[in-house]
Formats: sequence, C-alpha cells, structure tokens
Amino acid sequence: MTAVLTIAGYALREALRRRVFAVLLVLTVLFLALFWLGARQAFAHPPDLPPVGLDATEFAGAIVLGLGMFAILFLGSVLAVFLTLGAVRGDAERGLLQPLVTRPVSRTKLLLARLLGAAFVCVPYVAVVNALAIVIVGRSGGWWPDRLVTPVLELSAAVLILAALSLLGSVFLSATANGIAVFMLFGAGLVAGLLGQIAEVVNSHTLSQISKITAWALPFEALYQDALNRITADASGLTEFALDLGPFGGGRPGGSLLPLYALAYLVVVLGVAAWGFNRRDL
Amino acid sequence: MAALAVRGLEKRYGRVTALGGVDLEVGEGELVGLLGPNGAGKSTLVKIVCGLTRATAGSATVCGAPAGSLAARGAIGYLAELFRFPGWYRADEVLELHQRLAASRGGAAERSELLDLVGLEDVGRKRVDDFSKGMQQRLGIAQALVGSPRLLLLDEPTSALDPAGRRTVRGVLEELRRRGIAVLLNSHLLSEVELVCDRVVILSGGQVAAAGTPDELAQARGVEIETGSGLRTFASAAREDAPRLVAELVAAGESIYGVRVLTTTLEEAYLEAVGGEGS
Ligand SMILES: Nc1ncnc2c1ncn2[C@@H]1O[C@H](COP(=O)(O)OP(=O)(O)OP(=O)(O)O)[C@@H](O)[C@H]1O
Ligand SMILES: [Mg+2]
Repeated sequence: MTAVLTIAGYALREALRRRVFAVLLVLTVLFLALFWLGARQAFAHPPDLPPVGLDATEFAGAIVLGLGMFAILFLGSVLAVFLTLGAVRGDAERGLLQPLVTRPVSRTKLLLARLLGAAFVCVPYVAVVNALAIVIVGRSGGWWPDRLVTPVLELSAAVLILAALSLLGSVFLSATANGIAVFMLFGAGLVAGLLGQIAEVVNSHTLSQISKITAWALPFEALYQDALNRITADASGLTEFALDLGPFGGGRPGGSLLPLYALAYLVVVLGVAAWGFNRRDL
Repeated sequence: MAALAVRGLEKRYGRVTALGGVDLEVGEGELVGLLGPNGAGKSTLVKIVCGLTRATAGSATVCGAPAGSLAARGAIGYLAELFRFPGWYRADEVLELHQRLAASRGGAAERSELLDLVGLEDVGRKRVDDFSKGMQQRLGIAQALVGSPRLLLLDEPTSALDPAGRRTVRGVLEELRRRGIAVLLNSHLLSEVELVCDRVVILSGGQVAAAGTPDELAQARGVEIETGSGLRTFASAAREDAPRLVAELVAAGESIYGVRVLTTTLEEAYLEAVGGEGS
C-alpha cells in the first residue's frame, strides 16, 4: 500500500508540474466565464409564448447544464488522458520507468497507482467544476437539476474509464500515438451519442442499434447519457419530449445494469493493461 | 549461495539473438566485470536479471530467487544504461522515493551517507534538472545503493564521468567489496575493470567468449631471450621456466643479453576473445 501511494504521489506531482495542468486551469476558468454568460442569456430570453405543457425554465436549464456537463466530461478527459498517456511506453522511452519497475513493487500495482494518481486529480476536478456549473445555472435561472449526486459520480466514472483506456494504450503505444488513439475513441463515443439522438428523431431502428452498441462498447458515453437523463429525471410531458430531441437534453437512461457494467469494463480494461505490462520487455 | 547464478540464458528479439546460452555466476561479495563489444548482449543480460526483460530460455536467480520476482528485485540495486530522474525532484527526494519503494528504513542518515559516497553531498537539495550528466550518473549510483542491496547491477556507470568521477566510482566499488556486496559491472573501460574486478567475463555475440581473473586472462605468452646469435622466443614457456632456459642456453655456450617474460594485457586478451572486433 505504501508503494502504491508513493507512486500515486509521484504521478500526482508529475501532473501538477506539467504545463498541461496550467493550460487546463486557464481553459476551465474561460469555460466557466463563457458558461455563466451563456446561462444568463438562455434564461433572459424565454419564448414569448411557450407551448402549453413546456416548462421553459427547465427546458433551458437542462440544455445549458447538459452542454456544461459535456464540456466537463471533455476537460476532465483531457486531464485524465494527459496524466496517463505516457505511463508505460512513454516513460520507458524517456528512461523514467526503469528505475521504478526494478524496485520490489509489482507492475500491476504500479499501473493501479497511476490510475489512482489520475483519480486524485480528475475526480475532484469534475466534482468542483460540475458544482460550479450547477450553481451558475441555478443562480442565473432558478433551475436546479433533479438529481445532484449520481450524475457527478457518473461523469467521474466516465473520466476514469478514459484514464484506464489511456493506461491500456500506454502499454502498447508511444505517448503521441496513444493520445491520438484515445481521443479518437472519445470522438467515436460522441458520434454514437449524436447518432442515438438522430435515431430517435427519425425513428431509425438500425441507427439506434448502432448507437446503443457503441455506447456499451465505450461506456463513458452511456454514463454521460445517463447523467444527462438524471438531471431531468422528474420531467414529464412535452418538456421531456422536447428535451429528448436535443443533443444536450434528455439523454438516454443507461438502465440499472450500467454501474455494474461500467465497473466490470474498468476492471477488464485494467486487467488487459496489467497483463500486457507484465509481459512487456522494457 | 551465489548472489547471481545464470544458466543457459537465452534471449531472442524476433530474429536477433541477443543472448545465445550464457552461464555466469557472481559469488557473494564478488566483483565481476562484464565486457564485450557493442551489441554483445551485456545490457540484455543485466535487464533480465533485474526483471525488466523476460528471458526466452534458461534461468537466472538472484540470491536463490528467480530473476524478476519481488524477492529478487528486493535484493538488487540497478543502474540502467539510459535512465532519467524527474527533473523537478531534488537529489535527496529521488533517494527518498527509492527508499520508500525499496522499503528501506535508512532514513535521512542513509540518504546523506549515499550522497556523500558519490560526492554529491553539497547538492543534495538541488533539483535534478540543474544536474550535469555526470552528476545524474552519480545520483544514479547512489539510487542503486538505496536499501543496501546484496547484488548491484551497474550498466556502464562511468560513461559520463570525468576522471575524478571514475576514481570516485572505483572507491565506491572498493568500499562495496569491503561491505560484501556483490557487483556485476558492465563497462567498456578495460583498465577500470582490470583495476577493481575479481573476475572478468567477456561476452561476444551473445556467448561467453572468455572468463577468468584479470591475471588469468592476461596470461603468459612465452619467454623472449636475447642471445649473441639473436632473439629467441620460447612460446610455450612460462615465467618459472626462465631460469632453466637461461641455464641451458649458457651451458650450450650462448651469451645472454636480456630476458623478458611476455604477457598479454587484458586489452589484448579481450581483442583476441572477441575476434579483434572493434580494433
Ligand atoms: N528491445 C530490443 N529489440 C530488439 N533488439 C534488441 C532490443 N534490445 C537489444 N536488442 C539487440 O540485442 C543485442 C544485444 O544488445 P545489448 O543492448 O544487450 O548490447 P550491449 O552489449 O549492452 O551493447 P552496448 O555495449 O552497445 O551497450 C543487439 O543486437 C541489439 O540490437
Ligand atoms: Mg549496453
């Protein structure tokens, strides 16, 4: 346990020294400022005559917060990926890894420590920025999400899954190639989510199936969709229907198996990464 | 029990055979030099012993534990051929990190002793980024010694050191010998190896080409006697034979002007063993 915490601390210190971290903090401040302006605009101009049955405040609030959650997922993932993308091959190529792995600490523990190090940074980051986004929406338009805790847990889990995928990639790919690969996966998840929305509008079964399979293959997307769904869990009628149409509105529920599936997915990805790392010549 | 026992060790990278069945032993407290031309497989052997690389066949054990196991890794100290410490760490923090990973209880006393040993006592609080290459290598040696390993694996530890640094390392190696720590030293510096090593193993093309003490390798190559009728060489004669040869020649009526016992240097023995490669 000491060794795991030592390596996690080592990874953490590396993270805080990286320029990426400073850049990300600046981006986050910019994002929050823009988000605040956007939220105020969204609530300042309600439709003159909202359709009967549409809760205009909830509609605007959910879409704005949904957009914010997407940005948080993106920024959190950038952070997670940059903290892990060079964990094995990248660090080995730079000669940083050899002195560490020859110490009596198993490689599996080393990998877990890297994930833990990333979690120490990313989970608080997601939690804090998400809380700020909720407060910004609430103070601007008086709308508060229906669920507070589960969505932020789901966003954090989504970010951790991306960190695990990036750790897995780091075993086989050099840092740059791995970064590109993980963000291509991220993009694929995003496209799958949008396809799902389109499928619902045009009522296409095939499209919907493709989107569903992709969302399960890349469960960070399913987690994000479920989180979106939960912030308007109590919406009904026309509001619910309208939200389901938008890209950042309703989101599809992941079902009760999603948390278990996400956990299993994380374990499998880490297991394959550890298997590859343990067999790798450095 | 040997600090390191390597039996029939093979390593292939695809079609390249880096090691083709190597046997090698390092006794407790013994200092063994591993020599060989570039690409001979020296680093590969050391990497297998410290668990960075997996052997294709054969075995390597460190103090009885299979190489790469936690027990084996707990008994070694390793300085890689190419390595780096994170630049924002201070020298003593690097050692502290390795103390934790090696579960060493040496504390601050061990750290300052090690920094002292490698001549970095004044820069322990400087950041690695501000270190020269040679200072980093000295720190690397100190790092390898964290936790008092029983077997030290040094892969070209003096490649970046100035002459004073090399002498410091020689001093460190002699100190380790006093403490009974076994050392496997990869080096291209024959004179250095000759000065400190108990035994030398010469690898060539992944095979052991020669092994023995520096004296054994630098063996006699005959006796040369300058006589009135010219220079005569007795190729199979050893130093002990010189008085008898002289007596026989004098008895045969020759005049003797000089006698020389011929020996090869380690360098000559090395070049002979590796087939003159690199000469
Ligand atoms: N990761 C690798 N992949 C493929 N081949 C490798 C790898 N590492 C080493 N080799 C090959 O194995 C052989 C032995 O290499 P090794 O690094 O052990 O030599 P060395 O004796 O340490 O040489 P040097 O004196 O240059 O350090 C070389 O032919 C090398 O090309
Ligand atoms: Mg080498």
